[in-house]
Formats: sequence, structure tokens, C-alpha cells
Amino acid sequence: MSLWVDKYRPTTLGKLDYHKEQAAHLRKLVEGGDFPHLLVYGPSGAGKKTRIMCTLRELYGPGVEKLRIEQSQFTTPSNKKLEISTISSNYHIEVNPSDVGHNDRVVIQELIKNVAQVNQLDTSTQKNFKVVVLTEVDRLSKEAQHALRRTMEKYMATCRLILCCNSTSKVIPAIRSRCLGLRVAAPSVDEICQILTTVCKKEGLTLPREMAEKVAEKSGRNLRRALLMCEACRVQQYPFNPERDVSEPDWEIYLRETATLIAQQQSPKRLLEVRGRLYELLTHCIPPDVIMKGLLKELLQVCDGQMKAEVVHNAAYYEHRLQQGQKAIYHLEAFVAKFMAIYKRFLEEGIADIF
Amino acid sequence: MQAFLKGGTSGPSKDKAVSSDSSSSSKAKIIPWVEKYRPKTVEDVAHQDEVVAVLKKSLEGSDLPNLLFYGPPGTGKTSTILAAARQLFGPELYRERVLELNASDERGISVIREKVKKFAQLTAGRARPDGKPCPPFKIIVLDEADSMTKDAQSALRRTMERETKTTRFCLICNYVSRIIEPITSRCAKFRFKPLDDDILTSRLKAICEGEGVDIDDKAVATVLKSSEGDMRKAIMFLQSASRLCGKDSTVSSDIILDIAGVVPGERLEQLIATCSSDSYEDLDVAIREVIMDGFAASQVLSQLHDNIVINESLSDKQKSIICEKMAEVDKSLMDGADEYLQLMALFSTIMTQICHGN
Repeated sequence: MSLWVDKYRPTTLGKLDYHKEQAAHLRKLVEGGDFPHLLVYGPSGAGKKTRIMCTLRELYGPGVEKLRIEQSQFTTPSNKKLEISTISSNYHIEVNPSDVGHNDRVVIQELIKNVAQVNQLDTSTQKNFKVVVLTEVDRLSKEAQHALRRTMEKYMATCRLILCCNSTSKVIPAIRSRCLGLRVAAPSVDEICQILTTVCKKEGLTLPREMAEKVAEKSGRNLRRALLMCEACRVQQYPFNPERDVSEPDWEIYLRETATLIAQQQSPKRLLEVRGRLYELLTHCIPPDVIMKGLLKELLQVCDGQMKAEVVHNAAYYEHRLQQGQKAIYHLEAFVAKFMAIYKRFLEEGIADIF
Repeated sequence: MQAFLKGGTSGPSKDKAVSSDSSSSSKAKIIPWVEKYRPKTVEDVAHQDEVVAVLKKSLEGSDLPNLLFYGPPGTGKTSTILAAARQLFGPELYRERVLELNASDERGISVIREKVKKFAQLTAGRARPDGKPCPPFKIIVLDEADSMTKDAQSALRRTMERETKTTRFCLICNYVSRIIEPITSRCAKFRFKPLDDDILTSRLKAICEGEGVDIDDKAVATVLKSSEGDMRKAIMFLQSASRLCGKDSTVSSDIILDIAGVVPGERLEQLIATCSSDSYEDLDVAIREVIMDGFAASQVLSQLHDNIVINESLSDKQKSIICEKMAEVDKSLMDGADEYLQLMALFSTIMTQICHGN
């Protein structure tokens, strides 16, 4: 019994539900035999991985679905041992080099060399290249990306890379210009609705139209999330009741309450309270940038016009520092304190205007 | 690199042999067009007259200085020196006379001390194996030299001087300001200019003809616009587009825009229009849409910059405030800050400037 997300994941390019034109392009690419390096980018839950797997299947046939997990070991120049787990089939290998932090360059150089130096034995029935899938390329260090550019050219004969990332902002131009970029946009709300309906039909369930729309709205155009939410609803209650609210993750509710607390009162005591709540969120592994965005979204609702701009600037400012810094809590708390100061000043000015 | 390039030149003939052996054409060896159409001789290098003149002189037998090439990517820096080296030494000697190191090779101070020094110390003869004269020196090409550490660069200074009898250095970089002063003063500096549209067009057209790609003028114009004078980028776009379209259909400008990840012009106009509406909620929705559609914030930023600079409804002061914010946002994005928040901050600045600026 697998989750709907996995159970109904399309396995061939023909079965994809949206971006059909792109799928047709991909198929032409595979048929042409002339396969370039790919850079697949788009927001999470848009179907990047699904498209990559479909393409691989189109290239090599169903053999790519026999996956195995392996542990690979690498040694850095400073004799430090690194271990990284890879997922591979006979034809491709998938790895997330950013798992090993700043030593990712070694992994990239060694791994690709290892894969690329072995030729496919029987090239008459197979493609004469293997594929290396690198995920989260945007989190690679600059050195690793520079190392990649040369490797990409050198081993073009035996190896193709498929790079997968959320945004190309953090990928150096040299790599971008060597790859064929594929933008995978998130599915629209309507598309999500349709997919939810078909999945439910296949499960033998009836999904009311309003319910599907509600789930799709709530998911924020993230298909994976939408499917998981839908399945969660099914477990909670069936037949679906369109009246009922789609249950949200409890951390979101918690975050919203935190924002309300901040807006209610601006004092050092409240700040201390908020800090406790922020710690609570962080210890539950909610990424700090998600917390920041969530807080901003809620807090902006109590601000007006000119103040909104100021708050947004501060959010961007502290989030930037958060990315550079070591510990998230300082920056989150700094943002909260800053917001309190701005808000209080605004309120006091408002009162002064009245008198 | 040399092996790779050689593969490039002898590639096409091998191609046919392989594809005729196996039944499917998909087994054909693939050479990126960028490599296939790299200039083979110094004369082929387009648009960089000064450096071509110097290199031509040295081909005729006069001495070559240490070289420092700098300029934006895709203007032919690496191609020029590789072509010159091949003409100087011929294909056989090329391997032993040229050492090429770039950013993906290990290039710390230890490599400079050992590998470069050792290579530089070897003396070179005056003749090629086939009897033709050739200059008695070797060339060390340090590609992407601006990513070398300061220490490694300083280690190079003395080596450069001591080995002038046997070795010429050619440093290639994008930003000459990142090369330390003592090195730049030891080299003849050449700036590579971004290529003109005319030259790019003629080259692209030639490639299209050579590869049998069907392309209309509008699509060529789109390639030019999105490649910003970068020849490599332009050729890559062209090749990717022709792969996506398959052999028989015409390459259209839409496909090129899609590959280049360019935000459509209307989309950008729409964003700016949203800014002038002074509605924060609309802006929030619009930016979320942009992010969800997978457009990169850096791309939005660079296109927006082009738009803002020529925007006539903004005063100079407003433009300068917006541009300053852009610089800040760009830096933050490079540091890995969240795209949504940064874009929000930028656009709310623009909104303030448009609606309350005066």
C-alpha cells in the first residue's frame, strides 16, 4: 500500500498530465539520440523529478525502475572520509552532493569520473552514455560548480548530466550556458483540481468539485502537497464533506498564532514568549526561511500601505542575514523585534494624530 | 582539452562510420556545435583585431609576450589562444608544448609551485618533427585565472619572469581587476569586446546552413537578444532549440525564449503595471505567480533593469533609488537569500517610487 503520490506518479512521458508540449519536446530529444545535458528547474512539487524519471524511462526502458541504494565513500585531499548514499540503476545514478556540505567538489569530481570512465558494454542495444542525476544543484558550493563545467565537457562521450534545482539564480552562468534549460512551472489550480479528481476516480472515490478546489487552493500550486492533503482528508473522513475545512499542518496554525501574539502586544515580555515559540518551530525542523515567510504573510495583514513596504524590506534584510549566518534564531527574533518597533511607532503616531 | 578538441575536428568523419555500422542513427557521436565551430585559425577569430594582429606577427616568427586576455564570456578568449597554439606548434607538438589549466583542475599554490614550474623548466626545440620551424617556447594557458587565489597568483610572479626563456604564459579571465597588479604588469593586456550583432548573425547563419537547421529571421534576432553578445550562449541556444524541434520543423522564437528562461515581455510589463496600482495585495499575488512559474529571480532582475533604465515615466532620482535597491537584491540573491522576499522588497521599492516618489 503506497501513498497516492507514488502510486499515481506518471511513468512515461505520454502519461504526464500537464506541460504536454514540453513532454513532446523531450520525446523528440530522446528520439533524436542527440541528448544534451539538462538543467531542470522549477518550484517544488511541480513535477521535476517525475519528468526526469519519465525521460530516463524513455531513454532506457523499464530497466531504470529497478533501483538500488548504495553507499559510496570518497576521500578528500586532506584525508577525510566522506560517505554519501546514491540511488542507482544499471543506467543512471542519482546523488545529492550537497549532503556532504562544503566537500561537495570532491564528490562531484570522483563520482562523475567513476561513472564516466566505464563505457557501456553493449552499445548496440543500449544508449552509449549513462546519466548522472544531480539534485539540489543550487545548493552546491561555487567550487563544485566550477569543477562541474570542465567535467561536463570532458566526459560528454560517455556521460550526460541531468541537473535538478529550484532556481537558476544560484547556478553559475557557465553551467547554465552548457545545459539545455527546462523550466517546469507549477501546475495551475485547475490542473491540480483535474488531477485530484482523476486520482480519486481511480481510487473509486467521489470528490466533490468544491472540495477539490479547496484542496488545490490550500496546496499553493504544489501537486505533491495537494495529493497528500487529499489523502489525509480521505483518511479522516469519507465520503468527503465539502463543508469541512481541509486540515492544515499544525505548524502552520501554530505559526499563525505566533503572528497574532506579535500583533497583539509589543513588549519585551511578549518577545520572550515569541522566542519560545520560534524555538519550538525550529526544533520541529521547520526551515527558518519558511518561518520567516509565514510570519511575514500573517503580519502584513495588520499593516497598511507605507508600513508594508518597510516590513517587507526588513524581512528581506533579515532573511539575507539568516542565510549567511550560523544560527537562525537570532535573525528571526531580530525581525520580530524590528516589526514590534515599527508597529508600535505606527500605533503611537496614529494616536498622536487623533489628539 | 586537446584530446577533446582533436576529437572535435576528426569527429564528423568518424560519425558517419559509426552510424552506418549500427542500425540506429542514435548511436552517432555527438559534438557540441560550440566545439565543432570553434575558430581553427587565428584569422577566423571575429572582431578582436588587436590581438589577432599581435598573434599573426608571432606566427610569422617574431616573439610573443606573456598575454592576459580579459573580457565577457563567449567572446573567443580561449578559442583565440588555442587556435594560435595549434598554428604555432602543429597538431603533434601541441600536446607537449601546451599546458592548459582551468578552474576545475586543482590549482592551489602547490600546483603552481610543482606542476607549472616543472613544465616551465623544460626547454623546447626550434623545429617541429616535420622539419618546419617553430618557436622555441611552450605556452601555459591559465583559464579562468580570476578564480585563482591571491597566493597562487603571487607564486606565479617570479616563475613568470624566471622562465621567460622557455615559456609564455597566457592568462584568461573575465575581470581584470581580480588579477593582482604584479601579474598584470608582466603581461600584454588585451580586452575582448562583446561581439557585434552583425558578426553574430553571420556566424549563426553559417552554422544553421552547415547543420541544415531551418530558422527564421525573427528567431535569429531572439537568439541575439537573449545571448547578449555571448557567442557560446548563442550557439548553445541554437543547438538546444534545433534538438527540441527535431530535424524537420522550423525553429521559432518562442522555443528560444523558453530555453533561455527569459521572462516574457508582457509579463514584466504586467508586473510594473501592478506596481503602479499601489495595491500591495495584487503585487503579492503577481510575484507569487512569477516564482511559481519557475522564473529565476536573477533573470527577472536583469530584464527589469533594462526596462527601468529606459523607462521615461521615472525621474533620474527615482531610477537611482531603484537601481541601488536592485544592486542590493542582486547581492542578496547571490548569497542565497530567498527569492520571494527579495523580489517583494525590490518591487515594493518600485511601488513606493512610482506612487509616492514625487
